[in-house]
Amino acid sequence: MSDLPRADALGLCLCHGCRLACECADICPRCGSRLHRRKPEALARTWALLLAAMIFYVPANVLPVMYTNLFGKRTESTIISGVIDFWNSGNWDIAIIIFIASIGVPATKFIALSLLLLTAGTGSERARRQRTRLFRFVEVVGYWSMLDVLVVALATALVKFQRLGDIEPRSGILFFGLVVVLTMLAAMSFDPRLIWDERAAIRAGRERA
Amino acid sequence: MISSPWIICPYCDTVYRKPALARHQQALCERCGALLGRHRPLSVDQVLALSATGAILLLFVNFTPVMSINLRGRNNAATLWDSVAALAQGPIAAMAVVAGIAIIVAPVLQVLLVLWVFGFARAARTAPGFAPCMRLLEWARPWSMLEVCLLGVLVSVVKLSSVLDVLPGIGLAALALLSVLLIGIAGRDIRWLWELL
Repeated sequence: MSDLPRADALGLCLCHGCRLACECADICPRCGSRLHRRKPEALARTWALLLAAMIFYVPANVLPVMYTNLFGKRTESTIISGVIDFWNSGNWDIAIIIFIASIGVPATKFIALSLLLLTAGTGSERARRQRTRLFRFVEVVGYWSMLDVLVVALATALVKFQRLGDIEPRSGILFFGLVVVLTMLAAMSFDPRLIWDERAAIRAGRERA
Repeated sequence: MISSPWIICPYCDTVYRKPALARHQQALCERCGALLGRHRPLSVDQVLALSATGAILLLFVNFTPVMSINLRGRNNAATLWDSVAALAQGPIAAMAVVAGIAIIVAPVLQVLLVLWVFGFARAARTAPGFAPCMRLLEWARPWSMLEVCLLGVLVSVVKLSSVLDVLPGIGLAALALLSVLLIGIAGRDIRWLWELL
């Protein structure tokens, strides 16, 4: 398996705009996108975005995301209290969906991306195939966390009956949405090819950059 | 247009000679297991027909209510635009921009751009601005979240139906159809158009 040729060794670059395999130059001869041997500063950028997302994850969970006033009963709910309400009212299926999308997915992304960054940074040779699969999983599940933001938006747009009933968004949903956007950007700026690069190549790449 | 006899795995940088794929065949990377390519499932005509359908569905998704509620005889319906506008008020207005891109701007861009590039491709011509259009399609894909929105509507229905009467609207059916359609016409497979022209 190790005798499969790698583009880097052959002086070939993959264009991220149109997927053309071409000789490394400044720009892609087919679509004009900028060509890179590896995504620029992938580790540093991904760390930065991931850490920012982790910081915002705190207010996203502590602050209320929604204010509800129905028949004079006023409540403010956080993400986790919303899940608990669904669970207690017998909608355990919806509770599980929201729990996975809003708490499970971001937490999985934090752990998975940290793991990938740490191992890629040291040029680890262990479980490369599995780590690549983990990255593809992070890419695929990423945007489902937007679920709660859209639910709040829909509920706010619908329940507008002034004194009789009213739903408003609260600041927690802003932080939560930012967590989703930042983790998506973090996954996009990570370069999975670093998982397969030898330690020497990573060091050389750093010196070149 | 420029073509290459090679393909490179975007996940592990392995180089292969471009394989000829038969129906239902797909190419997987030997080193990391990533999907490298699939047999082109749809012809140019079919993509064009589906994207025209998508354009009609877009009108329903955007301008008819996805759901409506009833509270003691008073009615209120909401479209996707209402939902984005609802976020725009107050301190969290930045989220309205994100939601607007996710459920309105990105899907509209995808349908219009696919119509544009495939409309010209049908006449065996390269559309004006072909490269920027294709790059914009690549950009829009991860941010287009109609399927998440669909799940969001279903969750909202359950959430509100415990206290209110909730009715699904025409927009919801259109939303369900369009979210599936978009994966078919504007998914990763669209890159084969680069090789065709």
